[in-house]
Amino acid sequence: MSAKQNILAKLRNSLIGTTPIVDNFDEGLVTRPWTYPQGERIAQLRKLMEAVHTEIHLTTDAAWPALLAQLLRDRQLPNLLIAPGTAHGQRISEHWQHQAELPALKAYDRPVEAWKAELFNDTAASLTSTLGAIAATGSLILWPTREEPRLMSLVPPVHFALLKASEIHDNFYQVQRQFNWAGGMPTNALLVSGPSKTADIEQVLAYGAHGPKDLVVLILEDQ
Amino acid sequence: MNSQARIPAVEIDDDFRSRAHTALGDPQLRSNFRSAMDSLMTKRAVAFADPDEREQLRALGNAVRARALSKLPDLLETLERNLTRNGVKVHWAETVEQANGIVQSIIDAHGAKQVIKGKSMVSEEMEMNHALEARGIECLESDMGEYIVQLDHEKPSHIIMPAIHKNAGQVASLFHDKLGVEYTKDVDQLIQIGRRVLRQKFFEADIGVSGVNFAVAETGTLLLVENEGNGRMSTTVPPVHIAVTGIEKVVENLRDVVPLLSLLTRSALGIPITTYVNMISGPRQPDERDGPQEVHLVLLDNGRSQAFADGELRQTLNCIRCGACMNHCPVYTRVGGHTYGEVYPGPIGKIITPHMVGLAKVPDHPSASSLCGACGEVCPVKIPIPALLRRLREENVKAPDSPHPVMRGQGSKYSRKERLIWNAWATLNRHPLLYKAFSFFATRLRHLTPKHVGPWTQNHSAPKPAARSLHDMAREHLAQQGGRP
Repeated sequence: MSAKQNILAKLRNSLIGTTPIVDNFDEGLVTRPWTYPQGERIAQLRKLMEAVHTEIHLTTDAAWPALLAQLLRDRQLPNLLIAPGTAHGQRISEHWQHQAELPALKAYDRPVEAWKAELFNDTAASLTSTLGAIAATGSLILWPTREEPRLMSLVPPVHFALLKASEIHDNFYQVQRQFNWAGGMPTNALLVSGPSKTADIEQVLAYGAHGPKDLVVLILEDQ
Repeated sequence: MNSQARIPAVEIDDDFRSRAHTALGDPQLRSNFRSAMDSLMTKRAVAFADPDEREQLRALGNAVRARALSKLPDLLETLERNLTRNGVKVHWAETVEQANGIVQSIIDAHGAKQVIKGKSMVSEEMEMNHALEARGIECLESDMGEYIVQLDHEKPSHIIMPAIHKNAGQVASLFHDKLGVEYTKDVDQLIQIGRRVLRQKFFEADIGVSGVNFAVAETGTLLLVENEGNGRMSTTVPPVHIAVTGIEKVVENLRDVVPLLSLLTRSALGIPITTYVNMISGPRQPDERDGPQEVHLVLLDNGRSQAFADGELRQTLNCIRCGACMNHCPVYTRVGGHTYGEVYPGPIGKIITPHMVGLAKVPDHPSASSLCGACGEVCPVKIPIPALLRRLREENVKAPDSPHPVMRGQGSKYSRKERLIWNAWATLNRHPLLYKAFSFFATRLRHLTPKHVGPWTQNHSAPKPAARSLHDMAREHLAQQGGRP
C-alpha cells in the first residue's frame, strides 16, 4: 500500500458511521461588519494602509503619470520597472518621451532568468496595476500576468501601484463572489496590504524586511 | 528530601521539569516572554473590539474546520485532483522520514545544492534543515525570526515569533559574532543586515520551501500568509517550489478561508490582515515570465490520523496555528517555548505533540497546565484545549492492558500503586459503613500521617486529618439543636 492509500484508509476508517457536516456558511458574518457606504471606502482603505506605512496619493487618470514622475524625482530613484505591454505602461512611455531627465525606464519583457541579476541588484522601483482593493482590510488585489509578472511587485525596493477608486470593494468575500474566484484562479493571486515588514526582533516593527521597503498607491479618483 | 527523590521514576525520561526549573530562574528569559505575551494579548483584544462579532466569527471558524475534517479524505482527494490539474505535483508521506525522502528526491532530481525556506512548522517537524545538511545541502531559513534562531543553532520558541525569547541586544551580539557586522541594537539596522544576507540567498537558491496556511480543495490553491515577503520570495524566485503541510490543513471552499484568515491574523498578531496573502494555484505557465517551473506539495500525516481517529481528540486538528493559546497561557509565558522540548510549544503543543511523538516521550505535557481555561477561551476555532488536556491525562494513566488503544505511548504515567489507592478511595466513598470506620481511624491516628508527601510538601504543609470529622461534628450540632434541621 502506498502512503496515500494508508493515510486515506485510516481516515476513512475513522469516519465510519459518521455523516459529513452540512455546509451552513453564514456569509453575513463575513460581510455585514465589513460593508461601507460608497463614499467611505477610500477613507477606510487609506486609514488601514497608512497605519502600516503605505504612502497614498489621490490623483486622476490624466494626472497620474506626472505625479509618478514627480514622486520618482523626489525620491531620487534612478530607474523604474514598467510593463510595456499594458495601457498604463504605454502611458508612462509616452509621458517620459516628452520630459527630460526622468529616471530610466526598464521593461519586464523577458523571462526572469534573462535578467535576474539586474532585477535584484539594479532595479530601484516598479509600477504595477491592481485588480482593485479591499476596504475592510486595506489590501490591494494583484493578479500577476505575463505582462506584469509576479516578481514585479516584490523585488524592487519601491513598489508603485495604480488603483481605480471605483474598484475598491468592501470585503474579501464580496471580491471572491463578484469575480467568481472559485471558478478559476490564476497561477498566483495576491493581497498586498503594505510594504514588507517584520516584528520578529523584540516585537519592534521594522519595514523593508524582504519585499518592498515602500509601497506607494496612486488612487485614480475619477476612474 | 533531595531533589532526585521528589521526581517520580516514570518521569525521569522527560526533562520538562528540569527545563522549566532552569527557565523559571532566568530573569532575562522571563522578562522577554512576559513583555511579548502582554503585548500580543493587548493587540488581539484591540483587534476583536466587538465581542459579538468575535464570538460569531469563532463559531463560523469552528464550523468551517469541523466541516472540512468531517469529509477530510474526500477533500484531500479533491485537493490532489485540482492541484494536479493545475500542474502541481502532490506527494503523500505518513512519516517525517518519508517526507524528507520525498524532498530529498526532488532536490536530487534537480542536482540542487541550495535551499531557501519560508516559515514552515511542518518542516520543523521533519527537522528538514538537519536532514538536508546531513546530505551536504544548505537549507537556510529566511523568516527573520527563524533565521536568527538557526544562526544560533536553536529551535523556535514560538510558532509565530520564533525568536521571541531573545531581545535586541542578544540578536545584536549574535549578528556581530556570526556575521562579522558591527554591533548594533537598532532593530531597523539589524533587519537590514538580515535583508542583505538573505536577498543574495533568494537570488542563488535552487529550491524554495514553504509551509501552507490553508489548502483549498475547490480550486487547488495553496494559501500562505506572511508579513516579510520571504514567503513570496521562497515560492516565486527559485525554479522549484516545494510546499510541505499537514493533512489537516485542507478547507473545502475558497470562501472558507475568509473567516479563517480574519481569525488567524487577528488572533496571532492583532492585525486585520498580514502584509501578504499569497495564493498559489500552479507553476509558471509557458507564456509567463517568472514563478517556479515546478511546484510540489508534500502532505504529511505524522500522527495526525491518530488524533483524527477519536471524535474528541480530532478537534485538535481544527488548529490554524495562530499561537493565541500560547500568548495567553500562564505556564508558557513563565517557562518559555524551549521548555516543551518539541516543535509545538504551549497549549496546542501539549495536545498535538503526543500524537506526533507518542505520549510516553512527553508524559508531562498534559499535566503542565493549571487548566485555567484561557487557551480554550481565545482559540479562534474553538478547540476545547482544557478538555483535551484532561482527556490526555486520562489516557496517560490508562492501565497497560486496557482495551481499544487510543494513542501511541498511552499509559506512560500508569502506576499500580496509584490505581490501588484510587480504587480504595472510590470503594470507601461508596460504602457508608466503611467510610465511617475510615474516618474513625483517620481522626484518631492523625499523628501517623506522613510529613512528606511528594512534590506537594515542597511548597505546602502536609495534609493532616482534623481531630474530628465533619460528620461527627454535624451529628453533635444536630443533637444540640434537639434534632431540628
